[in-house]
Amino acid sequence: MDYVYAFLVGGAICAVGQVLISKTNLTPARILVMYVSAGVILTVLGLYQPLADFGGAGATVPLSGFGFSLAKGAMEAAQQEGIAGAITGGLSKTAAGITAAVLFGYLAAVLFNPKSKK
Amino acid sequence: MSRRTGKRTFALTGVYAVAAGTVVGDMEGKGPFGPYYDRVLKDDLFGEKTWEKAESKMFQFAVDKAIEKAGLKTGDVDCLIGGDLLNQIISSSFAARELHIPYLGIYGACSTFSEATLLGGLLIDSRSMDCAVCATSTHFSTAERQYRMPLELGTGRTPTAQRTTTAAGACVLRSRGPGVRVTGCTLGEIVDWHIKDANNMGAAMAPAAADTIAAHLLETERAPGYYDCILTGDLGHHGSEVAIKLLRQRGFDISKNHADCGIEIYPADADVQSGGSGCGCSAVVFGAFYLKELMNGRINRLLLVSTGALLSPTSTLQGETIPGIAHAVAFESGEEG
Amino acid sequence: MDPTLRPENYDAYIQKNMPKSNLIWDLARAFFVGGLICTLGQGLNALGMEVFKLSEDQAGMLSIVVLIFLGALLTGLGVYDVLGKFAGAGSIVPITGFANSIVAPAMEFKREGYVLGVGAKMFAIAGPVLVYGTILSVAAGIAALLF
Repeated sequence: MDYVYAFLVGGAICAVGQVLISKTNLTPARILVMYVSAGVILTVLGLYQPLADFGGAGATVPLSGFGFSLAKGAMEAAQQEGIAGAITGGLSKTAAGITAAVLFGYLAAVLFNPKSKK
Repeated sequence: MSRRTGKRTFALTGVYAVAAGTVVGDMEGKGPFGPYYDRVLKDDLFGEKTWEKAESKMFQFAVDKAIEKAGLKTGDVDCLIGGDLLNQIISSSFAARELHIPYLGIYGACSTFSEATLLGGLLIDSRSMDCAVCATSTHFSTAERQYRMPLELGTGRTPTAQRTTTAAGACVLRSRGPGVRVTGCTLGEIVDWHIKDANNMGAAMAPAAADTIAAHLLETERAPGYYDCILTGDLGHHGSEVAIKLLRQRGFDISKNHADCGIEIYPADADVQSGGSGCGCSAVVFGAFYLKELMNGRINRLLLVSTGALLSPTSTLQGETIPGIAHAVAFESGEEG
Repeated sequence: MDPTLRPENYDAYIQKNMPKSNLIWDLARAFFVGGLICTLGQGLNALGMEVFKLSEDQAGMLSIVVLIFLGALLTGLGVYDVLGKFAGAGSIVPITGFANSIVAPAMEFKREGYVLGVGAKMFAIAGPVLVYGTILSVAAGIAALLF
């Protein structure tokens, strides 16, 4: 059942993004910023954790889940280390993802070439 | 000597389009004019390391080919008038570096080909020059990486979007034939009807096309039917519909003899949304096909109206609208009337 | 009756009359592909916890890293843009889309060199995500201290 919930929650979160793409002329970059921001804000408000408990990867895989990690990391570290935690907590918790993106991005650039579209 | 017949229209005498050189990419080669192009590239890198270098090589090829087909040498050409879509028009400039012809680089976005032809015509008509080559180029990949998104980015395209053509075309104009007479031109004015959507260039340019066509017909006192074909550059399907509508509002019906290079360049089943675009588009469609039709007398009178959208990647980010422009050049086959 | 088009009403006319893609179909495809990618993530989470005996946090990190790897690989192979044409938001919103937005410009601008091409352009699209995400995370941390 976990898989069904992940599918439904993840699909719904992406569908919201599709509405933004189809109905507004927001560019992908702006939509991604909105998603990560929404993830942070909803986590602070205590609304994203229940969604993650229910939907599992359906909530953590979309980019709002990245915001969720950033917020959780900062909030947990702040409670343990005060202001220093508030500053370092977010990026610390998401370091694996960011490093992977930089590393694999660079490798792919080295190994592959872009192709003209048909 | 040209006669000014209106605020923006000039009648030209003693100007002939004698030959054209064209080279296109694979997808354009599969379109209806495939057999007419001088060369179709299977690999759009054209043996070069970057697409920018490839585009420049295409530009050079088209110019060399046109001069060769005209039975001339580069030393016979008084002037190369050319442009493209890239920043600082590097495709044209770097090609001109290899050609050793006095060079006038111009920028008219996708209207560059008719702008270049118009300028060449005026220079020859005024007897300042005997021979000019008018050339433009575009390349899908160089345009995408400059104006839009990296090629591998996973975002879709809207239905009104157009595909920048991989195409380079050059036309030789001379003060004597044999060739098709260049009989007149109308200069475009910038027309901006407040479109901001860079994915809908057709709609942004349509008011400019309508404005120039209307001005041309009024100032020459001709009806649309005078021309066998009114050929716009790259309004695409949707832009063409709007332009026809705008002209109808002014009392001109061009629906029966209108054609658009952007619509015609690709095969009918190609996945190109609203059609092709780019200054190379009208250069190769005119140069490879319509010029030949005029030379063979299958068409007698054609009005070429390349249209351009004069935006930059920065202007749209700053919330600016998209200004359009269109230049018209009239061609007629047969002897002077 | 069609209105007489003028600069003032032109934009509204174009917005109304220009073809738009079918929203229901677009939503269905985005939902389906996005859901699938998330389900894959769920599977990776389970794999991490049950097979590799990782904690929930660690398993989550593993699946994110794997998904980023897959997004980067598919972009490099020239497949992700095909997926994007089909799925729209379904390929942009998941973390695989974030990877694609980094790999695509990195590959594209290789011809301008590895420092100013790949290095600088890599974050052309993903950069804003990191900027705003970081700033908001600090705000979140401060909020946790105050409330």
